[in-house]
Amino acid sequence: MLKNLCQKMFGRSLWVYHANSGGCNGCDIEVLNVLTPYYDVERFGIKLVGSPRHADVMLCQGPAMHSTARALKRAYDAMPAPKLVFAIGSCACGGGIWFDSYPVLGPVERVVPVNYYIPGCPPRPEAIIYGVAVAVGLVDKKTAPIQLKQLVLPIPRYHPNELCGSGEMVVYERAEKV
Amino acid sequence: MSVSSKLKETLVCLKAGRVTLPYPAQARPVPEKFRGRPIFDVTKCTGCAGCANNCPAREILVFDICQEIRVLEYSGLRCTYCGRCADLCPEKAITLSHDFETGTDSIHDNQQRLEIFMSTCQRCGRCFEEPSALEELKMKGYRLDDLANDRWVFRSRSYLEGEPAVEDIPIEMD
Ligand code: SF4
Ligand code: SF4
Ligand code: SF4
Repeated sequence: MLKNLCQKMFGRSLWVYHANSGGCNGCDIEVLNVLTPYYDVERFGIKLVGSPRHADVMLCQGPAMHSTARALKRAYDAMPAPKLVFAIGSCACGGGIWFDSYPVLGPVERVVPVNYYIPGCPPRPEAIIYGVAVAVGLVDKKTAPIQLKQLVLPIPRYHPNELCGSGEMVVYERAEKV
Repeated sequence: MSVSSKLKETLVCLKAGRVTLPYPAQARPVPEKFRGRPIFDVTKCTGCAGCANNCPAREILVFDICQEIRVLEYSGLRCTYCGRCADLCPEKAITLSHDFETGTDSIHDNQQRLEIFMSTCQRCGRCFEEPSALEELKMKGYRLDDLANDRWVFRSRSYLEGEPAVEDIPIEMD
């Protein structure tokens, strides 16, 4: 649904505003790298603008800090209506390695609603392009939650049909799995 | 600006050729030592929680849902791909993959959840020391292991359905 909305609303060029709310500058360098001739995102119509009032997309880097949260919120409010927020880097996605430190409020999600996440510290320029390509519908996302279990848990109580009574005792025959 | 300087600029640009990489259309290999997101191997992990204790981002959560199952949850929110967990894992259950294309619209897409079986003490039925001697009284009898035939023998019939033990300890699942 989000993707359809994206394609409808942002069918043409995306103008991005780059907001650093307290990151270490690593992600900023990678975002600027994406705009260089090597990665050239201008071929997708993506252009960096200097004011949130001209932007469709806000690229957030760094966690929300107590000192910058209000400014971040104001920048978000200043963007015209169909707007997207990309959280770039581990800091913006989840608070980074400083998630529990005293000036940090947490992920930027705490302050502005985030639509797309690009984890990495910093993410490769390719990863950023990939995230943007997922958003504009050029490629499909590759990740899904993973659940892994050890195959058969050798706990007799969980396999009632493999237990058999013999006299006063109970025998469980799968002990070789232990 | 004079025409000659424009011409010079054109020449410089032509000399450089085209450098733009055809990235999303064409895959781009990563360097050999690149660290992407960690992948957990559930068959090797022993649940020692060394990774959880040493992760600088406190990204891995280890908790027990019942006495035999330990859950290891990697949430993928703020992992910095530093590789510390992979370095110190005694079982080498974590490998840092070359997978960097993790951009997504839902942050929970990077989650990994492992359910690990914890071997229990044959006497008391727990992974760790009993909190008190009274607890032990509630257990359902000792287990005699028939090693020659590779099977477990319980001295109580309470494992069979319909024959619950008096004061059975309930299994707490989630
Ligand atoms: S995600 Fe890593 S590189 Fe990016 S701002 Fe945070 S600490 Fe710096
Ligand atoms: S992944 Fe390795 S370090 Fe982490 S709990 Fe399992 S065995 Fe221990
Ligand atoms: S790679 Fe680093 S940040 Fe990520 S889970 Fe392992 S120790 Fe934690």
